[in-house]
Amino acid sequence: MLLVVEQFLNGLQFGLLLFLLAAGLTLVFGIMDLVNLAHGSLYMMGAYFAATFAAWTGSFLLGALLALGATLVLGIVLEMSALRHLYGRDHLDHVLATFGLILFFNEAVRLVWGPAGLALPLPAWLTVPVPILPGIHYPAYRLAIIIVALLVALLLYVGVMRTRIGMLIRAGASNREMIGALGINIKLLYTLVFGLGAALAGLAGLMQAPILTVQIGMGENILILAFVIIVIGGIGSIRGAFLAAIFVGMIDTLGRAFLPNLLRQVLSGAAASTAAPALSSMLIYLLMAIVLVVRPEGLFPANRR
Amino acid sequence: MSKAVTALMLAGLVLLPLYSHLSGNIFILTLFTRIVILALAAASLNLIMGFGGMMSFGHAAYLGIGGYAVGMLAQEGVGSGFIQFPVALAASATYALVIGALSLRTRGVYFIMITLAFAQMAYYVASGLARYGGDDGLTVYKRSDFSGLIDLSNRTQFYYLCLACLFGVIFLIWRIVNSRFGLVVQGLRSNEQRMQAIGFPAKRYQLACFVISGTMCGLAGALLANNTDFVSPAVMYWTRSGDLMVMVILGGMGTLFGPVIGAVVYLLLEEFLSQITEYWALIMGPLLLLIVLFGRGGIMGLLGRVGRG
Repeated sequence: MLLVVEQFLNGLQFGLLLFLLAAGLTLVFGIMDLVNLAHGSLYMMGAYFAATFAAWTGSFLLGALLALGATLVLGIVLEMSALRHLYGRDHLDHVLATFGLILFFNEAVRLVWGPAGLALPLPAWLTVPVPILPGIHYPAYRLAIIIVALLVALLLYVGVMRTRIGMLIRAGASNREMIGALGINIKLLYTLVFGLGAALAGLAGLMQAPILTVQIGMGENILILAFVIIVIGGIGSIRGAFLAAIFVGMIDTLGRAFLPNLLRQVLSGAAASTAAPALSSMLIYLLMAIVLVVRPEGLFPANRR
Repeated sequence: MSKAVTALMLAGLVLLPLYSHLSGNIFILTLFTRIVILALAAASLNLIMGFGGMMSFGHAAYLGIGGYAVGMLAQEGVGSGFIQFPVALAASATYALVIGALSLRTRGVYFIMITLAFAQMAYYVASGLARYGGDDGLTVYKRSDFSGLIDLSNRTQFYYLCLACLFGVIFLIWRIVNSRFGLVVQGLRSNEQRMQAIGFPAKRYQLACFVISGTMCGLAGALLANNTDFVSPAVMYWTRSGDLMVMVILGGMGTLFGPVIGAVVYLLLEEFLSQITEYWALIMGPLLLLIVLFGRGGIMGLLGRVGRG
C-alpha cells in the first residue's frame, strides 16, 4: 500500500514535470508552427543555471528564481537571433537548425562547466518527509514539485483562456495573418511566447535537477518523452499535453516499479529480469503506437484551420 | 558543374586505396570506409526523404538493427556472412514494415516525431539486452565469413565491398526513381490527395518505399558492425539519425549523388574540426544553422547554380 501510494505520487510528479516541458513545446509549435528540438537544451540550461546561481547566492530559492529569469532571457535572445528566421520555413529546416543548436549548447556547456555533472543540493527544509496520509510519508521536495507544477498549469490555463494576451496567443494560433492585419505586433507576441516556453522548460529542468544530476545531454531523453506526449495529446493542444503528460508519467513510473514483479509471476525469474527493463522502457512507445492506430491526430487535437 | 564534381568524387573514392597504399596512409582508408558506409545509409534515407517526402528522423535504428543482427549471430557462433547479411536485411525490413505501417498513419511533423520515438525505443531495447552487452555494446570478435569469396579483414577488400554496396544501392535507387513505382512515390510527395483521387493506394506505395529504404540502411548497419568490430546502442541514438539527415540535406535532397557528397563533406568536416579543437561541435552547430538559413538545395543545388550562372 505504502509503495503503491508512493509510486503513484512519483508518477504524478514526473508527469507534471513532463507537462511543463511539453507545454512549451506545444505552445511554440501551435502558435509559430516551429519544431524546436533545442527545447531540451533550454531544460538543460535551466538546470545548469540553477546549480550555478544556487552556489553563488547560497540559497536554493534565489538560485531557482535567477535561473528562471536567465532561461527566459536566453529563450528570447535565441528567438531574436536565430529561430525568428525559421518561421514559415519547412519543418525539416526547423529540425536541422535546432539540431545544430543542440550540438552547440551541449558543447558550450562542456566548455563552460566541464564534462562532469553538477549537483544541486536541496535546503534542509525541503528534504524532510511530510506525512500525507496516516502512516505514509512523502519527500517534501517532490510534493513541492507537484504543487508548483499544478500552480503553473493553472496559471497557464487562466493566462491563455482568460487574459487579453492569452486571447492574442489563441488568435495567433488560429490565424496569424488576420491578427497581424488587426494591428497586433506579431513579432513581439512570438518572442514572448517563445520566452514563456523557454522559461517553462527551464523551470522543469531546475526542478528536476536536485533529483537527478545536472549533466550534458540531460534534456535529450526527456525531450523525446515530451514529443511522445504532444503526439499522444495532439500537437498544439495544452489540455491534451496536460492529460497525456500525466498519463505518460504514470505509465512510465508505475511500469518501471511494478512490471518486473508482474512479469516474475508469469515468466521464470531469469527471463523476467532480462525482459523487464526492456519492456518497461518500451511501454510508452507501445502506448503511443496504440493511440496512433486509434486516433492518428492524437487524443485531443487542437481545432486549427 | 555538379556532374563534373560528382565524377571527380566517384573517381576519388575508387582510387582511394591506391593512394593509401602508395602514401602508406592507412588511416585515410579506415576513415573513408566509414564514410562510404554512412554514405550508403544517407543514400537510403534520401530515397524516402528526398524522393518520397517522408521525413524519417529514426533512420539510425536500421544501422543498429543490421549491426546487432551481425553481432548477435556472431556471438551465437554463426559466423557465415551468407547467413548474417540476409538476416540483417530481413530484420531491418521487418522493423521497417511494422514502424512504417504505424508511422505512415500520420504525416508532417507527427511523422518526424513518431519515427524519432520508435528509433529511441529500439535504442532502449538494445540497451536492455543484457545478454548482448546492454549499454556497453557488443564486440564482434570475428568479421562476417564469406568462405574465401572475399576477406572482410583485409582493409582494401572490405573498402571495395562497401563501395560496391554503395554503387549497387545508388544504381537501385536510380532504377526505382525512374520506374513507374518511383514516379508514383514522387507524385505522392507532391500531392497525395490528387494521387489518391486518381486511384493509387497511397499508403501501400509509401510503405513499400519505406521498407526498401530501411532494408538498404540495414545493409549499411551490417557493414558498419564489421567495420568497427563492435555494435552498441549508441549507433541508434537519435543524434545519429540527425547526422544522417544532415548529410542528405547538406549534399542535396532528392538528388542521386547528393547524399554521398553530403556524407563525404560532413564527415571530413567533422574530422577536420575535431583535429583543430576538442570543441568541434561549437563550430559545427552554428554552421548547420547557417546552412539551413542560406544554403537552399545543399551542395548539389549550389553546384547547379554555379554551373548555370
